[in-house]
Amino acid sequence: MLKTFSKGGVHPPENKLSANKPIQELGLPTHVTIPLGMHLGVPAKAIVQKGDTVKVGQLIAEKNGFVSANIHSPYSGKVAKIDKALDASGYTRDAIFIDVEGDEWMDTIDRSDALKITCELSPEEILQRISEAGIVGLGGATFPSHVKLAVPRGKTAEYLIINGVECEPYLTADHVLMMEKAEELLVGIHILQKGLQVEKAIIGIENNKPDAIAKLSELAKKYTGIRVQALKVQYPQGGEKQLINAVIGREVPSGALPIEVGAVVFNVGTAYAVYEAVQKNKPLFERIVTVTGKSVKETANFKVRIGTPVSQLIEKAGGLPDDTGKVINGGPMMGKALASTEVPIVKGSSGILIMKQTEAQRKPVEPCIRCAKCVSVCPMGLEPYLLMSMGQKGLHERLERDKVMDCIECGSCSYICPSSRPLLDYIRLGKSEVGKIIRSRKK
Amino acid sequence: MNKLITVSPSPHVHSGQSVNKLMYGVVLAMVPALLASVLFYGMGAIVVTLVSVASCLLFEYLIQKFILKTPVRISDGSALVTGILLAFNLPSNLPWWIIMVGALVAIGIGKMTFGGLGNNPFNPALVGRVFLLISFPVQMTKYPVPAGISTPYQSTVEGFTGATPLGVIKEGLKAGESFSDLAHKIPSYLDMFLGNMGGSMGEVAGVALLIGLVYMLVRKIITWHIPVSILGTVVVFSGILNLANPEVYAGPMFHILTGGLLLGAIFMATDYVTSPMNPLGMLIYGIGIGLLTVIIRVFGAYPEGVSFAILIMNGFVPLLNRYIKPKRFGEEVKNG
Repeated sequence: MLKTFSKGGVHPPENKLSANKPIQELGLPTHVTIPLGMHLGVPAKAIVQKGDTVKVGQLIAEKNGFVSANIHSPYSGKVAKIDKALDASGYTRDAIFIDVEGDEWMDTIDRSDALKITCELSPEEILQRISEAGIVGLGGATFPSHVKLAVPRGKTAEYLIINGVECEPYLTADHVLMMEKAEELLVGIHILQKGLQVEKAIIGIENNKPDAIAKLSELAKKYTGIRVQALKVQYPQGGEKQLINAVIGREVPSGALPIEVGAVVFNVGTAYAVYEAVQKNKPLFERIVTVTGKSVKETANFKVRIGTPVSQLIEKAGGLPDDTGKVINGGPMMGKALASTEVPIVKGSSGILIMKQTEAQRKPVEPCIRCAKCVSVCPMGLEPYLLMSMGQKGLHERLERDKVMDCIECGSCSYICPSSRPLLDYIRLGKSEVGKIIRSRKK
Repeated sequence: MNKLITVSPSPHVHSGQSVNKLMYGVVLAMVPALLASVLFYGMGAIVVTLVSVASCLLFEYLIQKFILKTPVRISDGSALVTGILLAFNLPSNLPWWIIMVGALVAIGIGKMTFGGLGNNPFNPALVGRVFLLISFPVQMTKYPVPAGISTPYQSTVEGFTGATPLGVIKEGLKAGESFSDLAHKIPSYLDMFLGNMGGSMGEVAGVALLIGLVYMLVRKIITWHIPVSILGTVVVFSGILNLANPEVYAGPMFHILTGGLLLGAIFMATDYVTSPMNPLGMLIYGIGIGLLTVIIRVFGAYPEGVSFAILIMNGFVPLLNRYIKPKRFGEEVKNG
């Protein structure tokens, strides 16, 4: 029996259409937009001004506080303006606009492909490099990585867990990265082990990627303490708490961080970014993005620099199909529908999913028949039907008591509901209300 | 870019599961039992089923259209399920007008007064059946004996109708006979399992009901919790009584195979709307039904207690949902 997490879960059709597509480079755009708030926490503070010339890899915005991240220019050219721009979140927020000119990189960046295995840096120096490089969780949550690496006093990290699950249907960015950059990835994991001073590192990969499991298992033999754990395909296994539960059998308590049970989790993309930052001195300004969908002509995995308009990726994948109904930043379960394809790729963009008109509409809502399927699929052991109706009625105290804040918004409840009820919509509403109440209590 | 695209919150895909699919899945699961009753009772079973289903659909339509003035949704399959289940709980020779009264009570009082599908606290088909049982006790307890089958217990009641094995035992024990005296008056366990006995038209063929159970479990329409906890409780409780005094108390096998226990445990107690919302609640509910069934059968005035037991436990469901919570993730910190 393959391991998986203990509670709930669903298994949507995997649709990994782009699984065998190699990583492709994109051409240079002419204008790019770099949002300052593309990570979790406080937005970065711009340190360039209109008219400044910037190089690829140059620091253009500084982290603003501990839970924040540096931003480096992905392109060379001139800063056109610093202004509000619509981004993938659907909000209009501060961003740096750059007019691209040429492709001039910072000299400090090692642009060679040569694998560099040895790392002589101390844990503090590693942490420093990662923090400077503006690395955030590339699985989608975009949590600044240096925060995770700074283990609080009194806690020890026992396990470094590397997330190669990619449980979202359609997405293949992590899969192709594991196949094409396996060596670099393992060096990145090794560096993270050193930075955290943990012996055991486990790469969790779902069983629908047997090639990645085989390749990494074979290569991992060269490294001490790194092993691969094959997992049963089950959504949302890529959720941090679910992955920890699946791999080491521990449950992170409500409201606590993974370090509480001795675990630190990084996505494979993040581990690769760590390799580039520490070994190649290359800050985080590009990532792998899947462009996919049933109607997409040429599904692909692109190596994309931050700030590139989504439309350019779609163009390269054969253009926006005529019957497009929805464009999603991310996967179909947790991704955000975009209001425009002109928004830029950000650090957290793992894929662009194009859905046909026929797939884009929700089914009409029917009465709850109390089938309890939402309860049985909830990976957090919550009661979505109840949270929805309490959210509608504004019963915030009961929502809090029934652990609405534990919801990870995986969408399994809305996915399974035979009456097509918008369970997660109302749970989100409840969460935001209860969140406000909790915050006001702390003041 | 001047194309209009939809913006909506995640998730952007759906399982394709629907109320219709679930309801028709239940209907499909009931087909073996329906075929068995047609086999045993012939035309009577077909007539009862048709009258019951047609009346349930008709009353739901009329109430939605003219009284509640809400969209008519009789095609969702729930009234169809209620209609078949009501028929399953009736003798196959019941006059058509009594069936219609039962359907009116089931749909009208059992379901629509509470707001329709999803809101009714009690299983509508059982509300209908119990109403008929109390209002028409004579017609409701004279069961035709399966055609062409002769078993010794037929002779105990006049004519072509007979009591159920449960009724035979109840009357016999009351008259002072012991269980071993009565043994020859009831069918063999094999006959009971196949359905060769008196009873409501859909409840007799244990084997057909079990096929339905397996189908619903495989298709994940229901989970094992409710049927297993009911049947398990009946086995344990009646087993203990039987061990204490086998001359007065029937054994587990007899309880499982007779009356409406299998029908109740598989199709009635598992009704989504009127059963608990999480596994622990379901187990408690099932244990309650099992205990009450045996108590009513053994110590109560009625020979059969499944319907009452389910309705009583239906009443406890809101309480169970309120106080029995699923185990939250991270509630107990496991460090293994």
